[in-house]
Amino acid sequence: MKPMSKIVRTVAASIGWFVFVFGIYVIVHGHLTPGGGFQGGAVMATGVALLIVAYGGWGAERCVGKERLPVFESAGLLTFIILAFGGACLGITFFFNFLANKGGLFGDKLPLGINPGIFNSAGVIPLMNMGVGMEVLAGISLILFAMFYGTKRVREGRCLVDNEEKEEDV
Amino acid sequence: MKLGVKIAIVLLLFSFLLMGLGFMHKYGVPLKSDMDDYFINHAQKETATNNVVTSIVFDYRGFDTLGEASVLFTAVLGVVMIFREAGKK
Amino acid sequence: MFYDIHYVTIVFLIALGIYAVMFQHNLIKIAIGIDILESGANLLLIVLGYRNGGVAPIFTMAPQGKSMVLPTPQALTLTAIVIGLATTALMLSLIVMLYRHYGTLDTREIRRLRG
Repeated sequence: MKPMSKIVRTVAASIGWFVFVFGIYVIVHGHLTPGGGFQGGAVMATGVALLIVAYGGWGAERCVGKERLPVFESAGLLTFIILAFGGACLGITFFFNFLANKGGLFGDKLPLGINPGIFNSAGVIPLMNMGVGMEVLAGISLILFAMFYGTKRVREGRCLVDNEEKEEDV
Repeated sequence: MKLGVKIAIVLLLFSFLLMGLGFMHKYGVPLKSDMDDYFINHAQKETATNNVVTSIVFDYRGFDTLGEASVLFTAVLGVVMIFREAGKK
Repeated sequence: MFYDIHYVTIVFLIALGIYAVMFQHNLIKIAIGIDILESGANLLLIVLGYRNGGVAPIFTMAPQGKSMVLPTPQALTLTAIVIGLATTALMLSLIVMLYRHYGTLDTREIRRLRG
């Protein structure tokens, strides 16, 4: 896939930041508003798809850093599992919310009923949201990059020969 | 598979679907909602979360989410492995 | 006998998915049929949990005096959507591999080439 024209690249470079910031907002506010780790991670992966479409695979790989993505994915899943085992290590149950209503990190009490929302509440749930969001972002980006490289090799092979389309050299 | 067998199977499935349509409860009036009422009434006190769906996904039914994250991880592994094996040839 | 438009929509989606899976010969169309089937299942879960006049089960700035819809089907639907995404990705990469190996997407053609 060839990088697109200069207009598309400029617009993608300015819109992409908003996509990423909105994804981070959806992840971080997952315990107060609709959203959470999976949705926010999918939104951020949409930003990666935008970069791939606008810059071509090589440019997007330089922007994102493809070798960093498996580390991100494993780190997100490990965060989730370690937080889940935290309740078990304290001697209560697996997936116990051991930070809620304790004060400190994400430990404020909520007023019952309808309220405007306190960010510093909900215990381990925001941390789990961040871990899962990291995992989903890295996972879907890896799927996109893998599919990009796979279709590129199909195009170079015998099935669909298009001689005019050359890859940009790095 | 013969075309007649296919058509028979599809007609059987469609008749099951239409039969099940008659047994659905009235839209907007759930039959039993004790567990959901418990979640709605106690989620704010027990998990300090305003979003009840998030508290179910990450706290009450955390095992589900663990399996889901594992499924996503495995699918990513599978996709990357498939394309990498193909690239070596 | 009570036929509601929501349940009729679900039955239509599931029937469309089953039709595409059973009668189409293009692998991409079969993948689209499986996705439509998943959409029908997700819609069924969501519709089962609706309560008349209910709002989303989120307490942040919720309107006063409204009942809330059931949260458990929504959580299950979230799980189902993510698993559907994973299976769709695997399905599409397998289809790409089949196309590269056989040069066609027709199932009859692939069966003939396999011998």
